[in-house]
Amino acid sequence: MQQQTVFALMENRPGVLNRIASLFRRRNFNIESLNVGHTDRSDISRMTIVMDSENVDARTVEANLYKLVNVIDVQDVTNQPAVMRDLVLIKVKATPEQRTEIANLASIFRASIVDVAPDSVIVEITGTEDKIEGLVELLRPLGILELVRTGRVVMMRGDHVGIRHTPGANGGRVRSEE
Amino acid sequence: MKKTGAEILWECLLREEVDTVFGYPGGAIMPVYDAMLKYPVHHVLPRHEQGAAHMADGYARASGRVGVALATSGPGATNLVTGIATAMMDSSPIVCITGQVPAHLIGGDAFQEVDVTGVTLPITKHNYLVTSASEVAQVVREAFHIARSGRPGPVLIDFCKNAQFEETEFEYPDEISLPGYQPPQHAPEKDLAEAVKLIEKAERPVILAGHGVLMSGAMKELEIFATKTQTPVAMTLLGLGALPASHPLSLGMMGMHGEAFCNNAIQNADLLLAYGMRFDDRVTGKLRTYAPRARKIHIEIDPSEVHKNVEVDVPLMGDLKTVLTDLIPLVEESEHEDWKTQIAAWRQETEERSIMSQPVNGKLHAAHAVRALWKATGGDSILATGVGQHQMWAAQYYRFDKPYRLITSGGTGTMGFGLPAAIGSWFAHQDKAVWLIDGDGSFQMSQAELSTAVQEGANIKVAILNNSYLGMVRQWQELFMDKRYASTALTGPDFVKIAEAHGVPAKRATTPDEVSPTIKFAQETPGPVVLEFVVEKEDNVYPLVPSGADLDAMIRRPITREPAS
Repeated sequence: MQQQTVFALMENRPGVLNRIASLFRRRNFNIESLNVGHTDRSDISRMTIVMDSENVDARTVEANLYKLVNVIDVQDVTNQPAVMRDLVLIKVKATPEQRTEIANLASIFRASIVDVAPDSVIVEITGTEDKIEGLVELLRPLGILELVRTGRVVMMRGDHVGIRHTPGANGGRVRSEE
Repeated sequence: MKKTGAEILWECLLREEVDTVFGYPGGAIMPVYDAMLKYPVHHVLPRHEQGAAHMADGYARASGRVGVALATSGPGATNLVTGIATAMMDSSPIVCITGQVPAHLIGGDAFQEVDVTGVTLPITKHNYLVTSASEVAQVVREAFHIARSGRPGPVLIDFCKNAQFEETEFEYPDEISLPGYQPPQHAPEKDLAEAVKLIEKAERPVILAGHGVLMSGAMKELEIFATKTQTPVAMTLLGLGALPASHPLSLGMMGMHGEAFCNNAIQNADLLLAYGMRFDDRVTGKLRTYAPRARKIHIEIDPSEVHKNVEVDVPLMGDLKTVLTDLIPLVEESEHEDWKTQIAAWRQETEERSIMSQPVNGKLHAAHAVRALWKATGGDSILATGVGQHQMWAAQYYRFDKPYRLITSGGTGTMGFGLPAAIGSWFAHQDKAVWLIDGDGSFQMSQAELSTAVQEGANIKVAILNNSYLGMVRQWQELFMDKRYASTALTGPDFVKIAEAHGVPAKRATTPDEVSPTIKFAQETPGPVVLEFVVEKEDNVYPLVPSGADLDAMIRRPITREPAS
């Protein structure tokens, strides 16, 4: 399945996540994953959105996001030079004898064991979806009790910027920065 | 100086030059009403909150200013919803202020608590929940700015009762900070150059003028551009008046009930210049076959409208008036003689089919009443409508030579819009009578507002075209459902008596001869008047592009050759 990734900067005001979720529902955009959090500035939030591109293109999403008063900038980072990461916690059944095996597997994937209980461990892994899926498949036979993921987060490398499909959509402010 | 949140609201409204508000009081908005008495604002009391929203909308459309509607929490606020959605679809700048339960009770299902910011999220341009008095000034300032700038639209402020009572230091903010809200103004030069290339190459260009022309105030620029390049201008329903109907380059209204020659011109064009319009399904017909040979230039302020329904070759993002001003000096003069000759031939054929060219048969057709009204008012009146057949007849037979004259619900097609919108429009131009052409169905949806017109002495002249049917639906049932008239027959009241019960003078016309004297009666009677025109019951609006059909696959009016019976 083709995926597209965009990120958006927005004013950190109450209800802004609700506005974005409502927009996606109303315009029938399918979200694969969505991650939100503060940036280095507490008044600015950053959201990474991964979409199934079957029914919508990034340009349409960008243009609609600009309809929201609180959205400041939108960049399409699909197939761009960007670092993309997902963080996953996996709770796996583990007898004391199995711990070593899991620790070995984890180290191959540069994952780490962050909690040990009498009959389970929690493995933390950060990486691309492909790498994570690889570890998940290896752990599955041992019995995965729980799994949680942050969804994809992205950052452009160096001084690269993502694609702004409608430069000037936000009053030319973005253009003047370039 | 310390003021309550409610007082600050009115202080801010005065600074936004609000002199009239439309609203309905109730528990959660009472402090605002109490404070209102200290301020020079005229308050209009509708008979239903939906009327307040439509009145504010009508006021905004007729005045070019922001309309203001007030309502209480819960049902008061939810009754605004249809009016807000109507304003949203038609980009009408209104600010709605609703009472809300005190902040500490929110989420507890208190009496008359509804999550109004949640309910109105998808039908407002932006909305606010105000929980303390210190937020009021900033929020009101932003709300008016957002409502009237860029692509205008409704903004809602949900105002908690505790914040209305609370006292705080009042200072009107000098500046607003909305880093994410910077509507585009000028289109980039390279995009303008691309557009010029297409314009110079075009042999069969057509301008599609929409509501954006009026919203941007770009009527003069439109005319200069059209005249310089000799490009015919088709208008959307909400764009009527963008170019005078009597202008030689005017093609009148496009789309589902547009003139056939206008739709023919669009389908045969080699360049479409879409100015402040959004390729609504009512104007395109089937998208796959829409204007198949045309390149497209789209001047638009809302980025999400570009490529939404129709892929365009050159989008010009910006304010229409600004972009046209930039574009006009860049284009060469041209003539397009062959193209205009071709369109004139199509126009000739259309006029032969017009109901106005049909033999007089003694029957009262709605078109006759509309045309007579146009003549009697010199085409200068503000004309509001409801939604349905009468609305399309008004658009077709009342010829709009001036902008801001037609007040009608386009995008949502909200029945019942007419009467409250007419009242709201009158408050924008109290020196003149406002006409309302309404259907018997639409009128009955909001006829309670007749009391409001009386209470306010609003000089509105209501012309009900009564065909005892929900005519537009009946027409579709006739044409597409083998005349199975499911629930479209409508037994109306005696509209003359209804009017008289309100103390409103009224008169009925049932024959063509009675039309003009009836209109004259209304014009000579001061204050509100109701006229009922009992028209042919099963007339159809022609031409008609069936839903989802090609734009030029129009069902045309059958030509009647036989003499009058």
